[in-house]
Amino acid sequence: MARQFMKGNDAIVVGALAAGCRAYYGYPITPASEIAHAAALHFPALGGVFIQAESEVAAMNMVYGTAGMGVRTMTASSSPGFSLKQEGLSYAAGAELPCVVVNIVRGGPGLGNIAPEQGDYFQITKGGGHGNYRLIALAPNGAQEMCDLTMHAFELADKYRNPACIMADGITGQMMEVVEIPKALPKTWDHTSWCVDGTPGTAGNLVSSIILEPLELEAHNLKLEAKYEQIRNHEVMFEKYAVDDADLVVVAYGVVSRIVYSTVDQARAEGLKVGLLRPITVWPFPSAVITSLCATAKAFLAVELSTGQMVEDVRLAVEGRKPVHFYGRCGGVVPGGDELLAEYRRVLGGGSR
Amino acid sequence: MKTYEKSGGFFPVFERKTGPAKDATHYCPGCGHGNVHKMIAEALEEFGLLGRSVFVSPVGCSVFGYYYFNCGNFQAAHGRAPAVATAVKRTNPDSIVISYQGDGDLAAIGTAETIHTANRGENICVFFVNNAIYGMTGGQMAPTTMIGQRSTTTPQGRIETVHGNPIRMAEMLATLPAPTYIERVAIGDSKHIMKARKAIRKAIRIQAEGKGYSFVEIVSACPTGWKMDPVHAREWLLEDMLKVFPLGVFKDESDSREEDSWLRRYDAYDPAVVDEYLDRLKSTLGDAEPVALAEDLHCKFAGFGGQGILTLGLLLSQIGMRAGQHVSWFPAYGPEMRGGTANCSVNVCGSRIGTPLVETPNVLVVMNQPSLDAFEKEVVDGGVIIIDTTIVEGRPDDKRLRPVLIPATAIADEVGTAKIANVVVLGALVAATGCFPRAFCEDTLRAAIKKRSLVDMNIDAFGRGYEFVKNAR
Ligand code: SF4
Repeated sequence: MARQFMKGNDAIVVGALAAGCRAYYGYPITPASEIAHAAALHFPALGGVFIQAESEVAAMNMVYGTAGMGVRTMTASSSPGFSLKQEGLSYAAGAELPCVVVNIVRGGPGLGNIAPEQGDYFQITKGGGHGNYRLIALAPNGAQEMCDLTMHAFELADKYRNPACIMADGITGQMMEVVEIPKALPKTWDHTSWCVDGTPGTAGNLVSSIILEPLELEAHNLKLEAKYEQIRNHEVMFEKYAVDDADLVVVAYGVVSRIVYSTVDQARAEGLKVGLLRPITVWPFPSAVITSLCATAKAFLAVELSTGQMVEDVRLAVEGRKPVHFYGRCGGVVPGGDELLAEYRRVLGGGSR
Repeated sequence: MKTYEKSGGFFPVFERKTGPAKDATHYCPGCGHGNVHKMIAEALEEFGLLGRSVFVSPVGCSVFGYYYFNCGNFQAAHGRAPAVATAVKRTNPDSIVISYQGDGDLAAIGTAETIHTANRGENICVFFVNNAIYGMTGGQMAPTTMIGQRSTTTPQGRIETVHGNPIRMAEMLATLPAPTYIERVAIGDSKHIMKARKAIRKAIRIQAEGKGYSFVEIVSACPTGWKMDPVHAREWLLEDMLKVFPLGVFKDESDSREEDSWLRRYDAYDPAVVDEYLDRLKSTLGDAEPVALAEDLHCKFAGFGGQGILTLGLLLSQIGMRAGQHVSWFPAYGPEMRGGTANCSVNVCGSRIGTPLVETPNVLVVMNQPSLDAFEKEVVDGGVIIIDTTIVEGRPDDKRLRPVLIPATAIADEVGTAKIANVVVLGALVAATGCFPRAFCEDTLRAAIKKRSLVDMNIDAFGRGYEFVKNAR
């Protein structure tokens, strides 16, 4: 079996290569730099492109260039760098270019720190750049998923001609786990109908996001929105653990879902009927399953490394049918299992913190 | 302005253009863009390059370059055309890529992209139309606006001590080693125009020959932005602008560079090649039959940096992986790092691992005193605590925990180097927990240790740690 013990950040690059990604453009930033290190090693060795760009902005616009050629391409950064990529992401979404952007989220706002956080949830799932667009956003919680969801992100990006984002955190990036090395995907995609790749066959095409006429731009926006509706309807991914009979459904993604997972059996041993619902796609958000769980759950608890961002989507899905609680740590502080168990007791027992 | 004798490099009809006049450009009368467009279009057509050409339009008056050029077209974000052009060229080195930019785009918001694209010697052409003003957005000051020149954002005229000076991009870029060819020309009188045409053709030829980066700055009139009629505009250009922006060749190494010397390699995706490559990344430990794990291990390893703490964790992880168990390894990171200590969390489990952070270890290894102080209380009741007594003076609570006291560093010294104390500890850990059989661990070490010359020493260290614990029982 082709396995290797590797960091989540390295697994992203393995997944990208196996998905047929041919060009990596990046800029150094902790804690995402290992992705660039691995890309610098592997992309040129495979006859692909690696450029350490002059800025995050340039890196993202290089992605725009290669994506516009119909070639799979990516960049990776961490929160402050991801903020700088918003311009290019908006252009790529507007021009309908498939690409993958990784954000190894760290503490903010501003320079913040390099410790794990999930404070970029709004930026990733609600837009971030200007205009009406969405990022397809996947949140792996281990090294194998860093690889597999990166591959899936390339597939989704291509399928919908839209940027896709891998939203991870410093722990998932730095942690090493056993990764099953995937088979390279067959090359099934062909973008010659719209891409511009410097060959006569595509010379009549245009890669652009400018549409001057208001009616035409409105139509373009509606077309994008229809696409986003398709994604909402077909691409939601989540994982359930012990939720079907749970009184308390804990909603958590990324590394937090691992911590919650560790506590579920402990909580149940204490007689607390707790379950975990883990969004794997944070956009589209698994709203429908949360809505359906309102029939059985007594309450919901969103746990995040933030001051409360995803909890808003949980509330939107619950629509006031059941209480929605929030527990968050941020700034790089990661909640311990004991802390979470105390929170479950409080919520289910109606006690105070 | 009508483009008479339309070049074959242009679309026959400008269908992409909004409005009724599909045979005229959107540029104002007397604007230099039309001339420059025509020179580029003609050159691409005559050199037979149209089919593989990609024209990158910027933001500015030439944002609509794609209305006209009968080749592949990109429209880029403001200032980013060189970044887009870089990627296009790198992803298809056979393409002919043109980054067409104005002064605001190239010398203000896109300065970084401009300089670094030149500095990397990207094998593209940058055509820079310098008309000393922002035309599209309504006549604001450009980085190349002249001292005294009025604009909508310098209503009193550009003042050196307030707005800085007009920036000379050609001269600046000519200080870089990578560019092949840098020239400034003008759309002024007919002699100038001939020179401009020559320069543009030369730049395109350099790219086609794979000789590297060319930059042609074209001083050009913007009657609208300057609020002049076309005749006066051209006079002002010739008399005033060229004093600040002297014409000439600032760099030309096109004769001394080899053909294709600046072409970069690019291979299209081939899954078979990728598979073969990825196969080389796989673990070399070899496959073993799954080995049962006595009890799930939640370990914390802590000590000073340089004691091989992280490696100790990796070695145990490799043993666990080879045994077919679930394994996670996580190094101290961010706020967990304190006082020059290193620590890592390792889980080796028979089933799926939850949190990779070991909060309550059932095995703690401490190789310095601060680690004992910091982590002893976190160990679960009855947990194993392994202490290198050569270094750590304190002793743990032996009623609550199962201490393993081993002079690991001293033993390592006997083996040959104190550096190998971590492997002595690994032997002690395996003996104390009985997690995996000794022989299986030693086989894994033999496979895991890359330097052949170090294998015997590691096996010796592991064995001594193992024996020490067994004999102490
Ligand atoms: S505003 Fe100036 S640069 Fe723009 S089209 Fe008119 S003359 Fe040309």
